[in-house]
Amino acid sequence: MRRYLTPFLFLGPASLLILLFFFTPVVATLLLSFTDLATTTFRHPSWVGLANYRDLFADPFLKKILANTARYVGLTLAFNVGMGLLLALVTSLVPENWGDPFRALWLLPRILPPVVYVFIWQGMLAEAPMGLVSDLLGVSKNWLVETPWVAVILANGFVGASFGMLIFTSAIRAIPRELFYAAAVDGATTLQTIRRVVIPMLAWPILFVTAYQTLSLLTSFEYILLLTDGGPGFYGTEVWSLHAYHLALSNYFGNVEFGLGAAMAAVLVVIGVVVSLFYLKIFNFRALVTEPKIEV
Amino acid sequence: MSRGTSVRLQNLTKRFGRVVAVRDLDLEVNPGELVAFLGPSGCGKTTTLLMIAGIYRPTAGHVYFGDRRVDPLHPRDRDVGMVFQSYALYPHLTLFENIAFPLRLKRVPGEEVKRRVKATAELLGIGGILERRPAQVSGGQQQRAALARALVKEPQVLLLDEPLSNLDAQIRLSARAEIRRLQRELGVTAILVTHDQAEALAMADRVAVFSMGELQQYATPEELYHRPKNTFVAGFVGSPPMNLIEGEFTGDGFRSGELRLPLRQAPLGRGWLGVRPEHLRIAGEGHPARVLVVEPLGREAIVIVELFGHRLQILVAEGEKPAPDAEVRVAFPARALHYFDANGRRIGPE
Ligand SMILES: Nc1ncnc2c1ncn2[C@@H]1O[C@H](COP(=O)(O)OP(=O)(O)OP(=O)(O)O)[C@@H](O)[C@H]1O
Ligand SMILES: [Mg+2]
Repeated sequence: MRRYLTPFLFLGPASLLILLFFFTPVVATLLLSFTDLATTTFRHPSWVGLANYRDLFADPFLKKILANTARYVGLTLAFNVGMGLLLALVTSLVPENWGDPFRALWLLPRILPPVVYVFIWQGMLAEAPMGLVSDLLGVSKNWLVETPWVAVILANGFVGASFGMLIFTSAIRAIPRELFYAAAVDGATTLQTIRRVVIPMLAWPILFVTAYQTLSLLTSFEYILLLTDGGPGFYGTEVWSLHAYHLALSNYFGNVEFGLGAAMAAVLVVIGVVVSLFYLKIFNFRALVTEPKIEV
Repeated sequence: MSRGTSVRLQNLTKRFGRVVAVRDLDLEVNPGELVAFLGPSGCGKTTTLLMIAGIYRPTAGHVYFGDRRVDPLHPRDRDVGMVFQSYALYPHLTLFENIAFPLRLKRVPGEEVKRRVKATAELLGIGGILERRPAQVSGGQQQRAALARALVKEPQVLLLDEPLSNLDAQIRLSARAEIRRLQRELGVTAILVTHDQAEALAMADRVAVFSMGELQQYATPEELYHRPKNTFVAGFVGSPPMNLIEGEFTGDGFRSGELRLPLRQAPLGRGWLGVRPEHLRIAGEGHPARVLVVEPLGREAIVIVELFGHRLQILVAEGEKPAPDAEVRVAFPARALHYFDANGRRIGPE
């Protein structure tokens, strides 16, 4: 009995927080998704069972929104992780007085308030003479309408890449210097050292950043909302979480459907859990987990 | 038989900002020789080794392997094997893949990699644990794996940076003999960094003693013991180290306070008289002294006495050790004395 008491004590507080701030909202969302709660039925919602889910899956635009979501999450994720890794490697390999300012530069988009940041993008992508891109390309177009996905992915990516960059940089710094020396003496070029020593040693942070960013990309929509609001046209860049927001919180006709939004959120939770399990599997999570350093 | 090359360092200097880690080093290692770099912490041993390996670029000076100048070359073009103090095994690879790493980079065919890794591992007695990762084996086994990784590509020069310092005393003694045997058998030129003088004296053909980035003496263990070039070497080599008494040489003797020693062919002027603890005797006649401390070592004991205000260490057989606080007489030997001038340089006897 005593044997299990200590681990229990150690894990207790965190479990309590998870219970309070993760499980409770999830359960509340699930319950909500089985009701027809909306502005019009606010005082007297009724139990509708799976009706919301039926509506959801009957939606003719469901496919498009799912495809949009996959495209947005997949491409932005690739940019964030790839660019983050590239930035971390490059800025770690050059002397520190070059690397540090360069990293600081990449943090700027993250520090900027999203509204200001998106204004800058909209300005850059507008028609000439205002738009920088139109000016540079010599073709005056509204690039936000021409290439909305490039805009959405880059605007998110420029913010997101710095997260991976910071995590990867500190992980690279934690690799003992002598390991690099050993690789050089063993005959490795810089590229071989990166591929055969550095990247394998970053497996854990790469898994972490990938999983974390997938989940936050699945649920984040503020840059798309500000940039295109799901446009151009009909659902051009509308993703799942933005759609949930549109349905649940900013319905055009003023009747905000909380129940339906909750159903959408519940689906998102399921997708998130499935994706996480998938990551743990492909990264061979068990092999990454080491023995505890102290036994309690 | 010998496949090692000579290693020659010429005016080698390394600065880190204002710190001079290695200053104007000249030194040559013969093919197949094992040389130890010995010195206290921070004296530039590792820095020198890393310049030979090609990790550090010298601030000035050159490195030659045989007739080939290698200091502009990348480490991979130098044909050196190196064992690091922390072993620097790749944590994500098994011992097999660790040892195979240099061969894989050279695109050696798979079958040959297997054969050579197995052979080297057998030679070092780790053939049975090649599937484990570094974290799953003991320190001694890691050290062997690191040595195997350095040897598997059959380098011309083997560099060892304190390879034994993380091992316990017993494995250390056997590892010493083993490294020496392998090095002889393979005929590889080897440089061993250590701050353990017993290790240096026991293993090396020649020892280079460093202090504060400068080479103090480069000689055989016997020479270091019998003819230390200066007071630093005299005080560093030997265990316990040589007693050094500051005083004045008078041509026919040595004087320090009330201590007076008649000497043959003594120099003139201020300086240091050196005498090793094993050459002083506690005897019926000699200078009066009082015993301060007796440290038993097993077969022998170190006796610290006070003699005319000087503290001297004397090595005596276990059976002959005096009691603490005893009044004894200390006899100086007629030979085996060392004379150093006021700057610490050896001036005799010839
Ligand atoms: N990368 C570096 N940057 C700045 N100073 C350094 C660097 N490497 C070594 N030094 C300095 O150079 C001097 C020699 O260092 P080195 O590592 O060669 O000593 P060592 O003889 O190997 O000592 P130890 O026995 O402690 O390993 C020290 O004063 C050290 O602080
Ligand atoms: Mg060192």
